[in-house]
Amino acid sequence: MKTLKSAGYLILLPVLLVALWWVGTSGEPNFFVPTPAQLVDTFGPTWFEGRIATDVLPSIGRLVAGVLLAIVLGIVVGLLVGLNRTLRALTEPVFEFFRALPPPVLIPVLMLLIGVNDSMKVAVIVSGAIWPVLLNTIEGVRSIDPVQNETSRSYGISGFARIRYQVLPSATPIIMAGVRQCLSIGLILMVISEMFASSSGLGFTIVQFQRSFAIPEMWSGIIVLGLIGVVMSFIFQWAEARVLRWYHGLKEVENAV
Amino acid sequence: MTVVIDPTKAPGAPRPARVRRPGPPRWVLGLVGVLVFLGAWELLPVLGIVQAKYLPPASEVIVALVRDFGLTAFWVSVGETLLAWALGLLMATVAALVLGLLIGGSGFLRRFTNSTIEFLRPIPSVALIPLAVLLYGVKIESSLLLIVYACFWQVLIQVLYGVADVDNVAMQTAKSYGFSGWQRIKDVVFPTVLPYLMTGIRLGAAVALILAITAELIIGSPGLGREIALAQSGGAISGMYALILATGLLGMLINVGMRTIERRILGWHPSVRGEVIA
Repeated sequence: MKTLKSAGYLILLPVLLVALWWVGTSGEPNFFVPTPAQLVDTFGPTWFEGRIATDVLPSIGRLVAGVLLAIVLGIVVGLLVGLNRTLRALTEPVFEFFRALPPPVLIPVLMLLIGVNDSMKVAVIVSGAIWPVLLNTIEGVRSIDPVQNETSRSYGISGFARIRYQVLPSATPIIMAGVRQCLSIGLILMVISEMFASSSGLGFTIVQFQRSFAIPEMWSGIIVLGLIGVVMSFIFQWAEARVLRWYHGLKEVENAV
Repeated sequence: MTVVIDPTKAPGAPRPARVRRPGPPRWVLGLVGVLVFLGAWELLPVLGIVQAKYLPPASEVIVALVRDFGLTAFWVSVGETLLAWALGLLMATVAALVLGLLIGGSGFLRRFTNSTIEFLRPIPSVALIPLAVLLYGVKIESSLLLIVYACFWQVLIQVLYGVADVDNVAMQTAKSYGFSGWQRIKDVVFPTVLPYLMTGIRLGAAVALILAITAELIIGSPGLGREIALAQSGGAISGMYALILATGLLGMLINVGMRTIERRILGWHPSVRGEVIA
């Protein structure tokens, strides 16, 4: 009974919304909004007959490459800068500028510097998505409990071991918040780098559909993008729950007291 | 077997005192950092590492930016970008606040809408670009559609967290003192939600600028982003870099402005008061 009830909560509103959409489009045909049946009919032929290999997978590949590079580079540079007081003060205003710079404006710049190709798109994703990870790593390292640092020092834990066992774990909760932002910025940049300058990829395909007024196909593309966003958020939540298991456990204990 | 004991490493030996040298103040170091950055940018094309037609030296770009500051057209584009930014943020905030208080206030509604919210929230708002083009073309409404969609979720989630954080005892007390529904929202719920709301608005403000510029760049709705795209396709490269610099400065102004507003509005709140004392 209980699982039935929670399943009901899970699907009731989505079902209602689809029903509303069905009723809303069943009267006179609306040019901009296809009926649910039309959308389902076009979805399969549009994406599963070739485009998944020529457009969707390459896009996802660039996204994954860009985001992973951004996370790794962000954490490494963030550790270097965060652990050094002088370096932190030196870089702060420049980094603040790049954090505030809306990442899409980098697309025309990188188009000029690299040309229109795969590495340009990956570079766009890295150059926009790195900042939340980088700045959060610096912030995470800076805000480590000083007692922890002193303890490491008195026990003679230094160098790599200190970073691996003391600095990184205490900075992880803040770093993960940056990674979450990094993922959504990465997805935005993947799409618009393809819309701005490309001849393949998801973003390009969707804009093509829109320009040729293939409305149901365009909607199916919007849905594919939405699904990628949802899947990414699930992967992130799973990874965060694993990486920060100790942290959530700690919070629970603290809150229970 | 001899053991060489390094006196400075021996346990118990007084380690060389780690005196923190006073050093130059932070802002001087920051200024040095900016100068080093600009210097590197200046040298890259001058030394021929990057062609000057792709990356003009910093001095040339700064001159172009200063020239922009004297042009009415530049300020008109800044105004257009800021108008879309402010309107979008305002609409998203009002909608998210009203819906958030409504949904958060009822356990039933919270569970009823949870799956839909969790599904719609991660959808990137740039997926709506083709729809915006079809519906509104290059008008400001295109920017607004993207901005409102993206900011709405940022603010809504924070408001929901805020409502969930309302102190149960305070709520029961208000009830037994016969507070009306509106009074309870105004005097109990809202003060708890306010810090969360401000966080949501601050995050939303940054996202709104990104999407305003994106819409202008990709769709061509009026504003700084469109000017960047025009400068790029017209080959006015240093003009393009000057405009990019301007969007970055605009972003910094917005960040600083939002932080100041947040501190003003939450001056009474322990989290802000604590910062001032510490």
